[in-house]
Amino acid sequence: MRQRLITVANALAVFAALLALWQLVLWIFHVPSYMLPSPRAVAQAAGARFPSLLNALTITAEEAGGGLMASIVAGVVVALLFAQSRWVRRMLYPYTLLLQTVPIVAIAPLILMWVGAGTAAVTLIAFIISLAPIIANTTQGLISAEENLVHLFLMHNASSAQLLFKLRLPHSVPSLFVGIRIASGIAVIGAITGELYAGSSRVGEGGLGYSILYASSQLQTDYLFALVLASTVLGFGFLFLVMFFEWYFLHRWHESARAPEAE
Amino acid sequence: MSPESGVPMIELAGVSKCYGKGQAVLDGVSLSVPKDEFVTFIGPSGCGKSTVLKLISGLTAPSGGTIRVDGLTPRVAREIVSYIFQDATLLPWRTVRQNVGLGLELEGVTKVRREAKTGALLELVGLGHVAEAYPRELSGGMKMRVSIARALSTNPRLLLMDEPFAALDEMSRDHLNEELLRLRTEQRWTAVFVTHSVAEAVFLSTRIVVLASNPGRIHAVLPVDLPRLRTAALRNAPEFEDLVSQVSHALRKALSA
Repeated sequence: MRQRLITVANALAVFAALLALWQLVLWIFHVPSYMLPSPRAVAQAAGARFPSLLNALTITAEEAGGGLMASIVAGVVVALLFAQSRWVRRMLYPYTLLLQTVPIVAIAPLILMWVGAGTAAVTLIAFIISLAPIIANTTQGLISAEENLVHLFLMHNASSAQLLFKLRLPHSVPSLFVGIRIASGIAVIGAITGELYAGSSRVGEGGLGYSILYASSQLQTDYLFALVLASTVLGFGFLFLVMFFEWYFLHRWHESARAPEAE
Repeated sequence: MSPESGVPMIELAGVSKCYGKGQAVLDGVSLSVPKDEFVTFIGPSGCGKSTVLKLISGLTAPSGGTIRVDGLTPRVAREIVSYIFQDATLLPWRTVRQNVGLGLELEGVTKVRREAKTGALLELVGLGHVAEAYPRELSGGMKMRVSIARALSTNPRLLLMDEPFAALDEMSRDHLNEELLRLRTEQRWTAVFVTHSVAEAVFLSTRIVVLASNPGRIHAVLPVDLPRLRTAALRNAPEFEDLVSQVSHALRKALSA
């Protein structure tokens, strides 16, 4: 507990130092406020337009969350398919690499064309971009159960369904969470990037990415900063949520999920 | 050993095994194990001790010769066989109780029967107090007891054990050896055991098979004429010492053979 308090205090100290440095740069170099607003101006802009900031945050959170959820479901299903045979993996794995390598910027216009601008398009982008790490990690977890455990199941004449649901699937849960952790960050980035292209079906209404674009076109640099900060908070929020679930499901039996204090 | 007539528990006839195109791991192994025996395979590393168990369990097929378990092919005979591995092979996401019940669960035994059986087995191996614990909370010796309890849960008539106590300290190993024999007097299964400890082999077995390597083959078969009821005190008896030196001698000869 004491250790944790010190960690938090350290992080806060660094944050304060950064703010001071920021203010110092403004004073020394006389940077115009449309280039770099003061921390105070950012806080004021965030306060003054809090409802729309919160609205943008909510929209992006829903898009990223929806995309992530969909990629968890689809990713596990695909991984289950991949785990069936080496042959299937060899045949289909290159296509998951494709998912990872195709620049989202390049396919965004296509998606825009197919589903139209708005939340659905952005959710779809978040889904596509966060799918690959879940497939890759879950597949790895499914196929890497120890040989002796497989033999143990075979000695009890286990069916392939029992082998899958009582051995391979639970064995893959820690790797699944590694995948979800990576995917959660990517989903938020994907949603914000997606919004730059397909952010809103109505002018002035949209998530963080759309609002960032709008604020920069209006030269509202202070509000822009507030939006960037909100994006970071959203990313952190997703990560913490995933880590909480990971701890909840794994802490009783898996080494990685144990808090260091429990030693 | 046993006057019981009928087919032997295990019948190996000219069994050989090679992996890929490489050299034979086992060559021309013939051995008959009557019911109720405790046979231990001992030999230098690489002599194919573990492969013998893999063959008897049907986890791998022989390259030549025939194997019969209770008169059946190894795969068909699996329902009367339990396998204890070198590591405890527990599922870390299951509690001790759920781990012991795994075999019964896979064989479709109802939950009520399973609970009764696992409860009794946990008491039998002295783990009743940690039934709801997870494997990572247990010591190596305790994990191995869970593994033994799980193996016994399906009422096997043949127990295959692949160096189950190799990773344990000597005290836990001796203690588990005694417990294993105690369980055997109550349940009367046939056992095939693999070890590289001579003292362990003598303490447990009714017969010891010394293997030579390259390729793995039977070098000598030594009967262990000790009383069936064995206690820790036996380890200090002169006849025990004699047998240990006999087996050690055979093992040395197998090494140079």
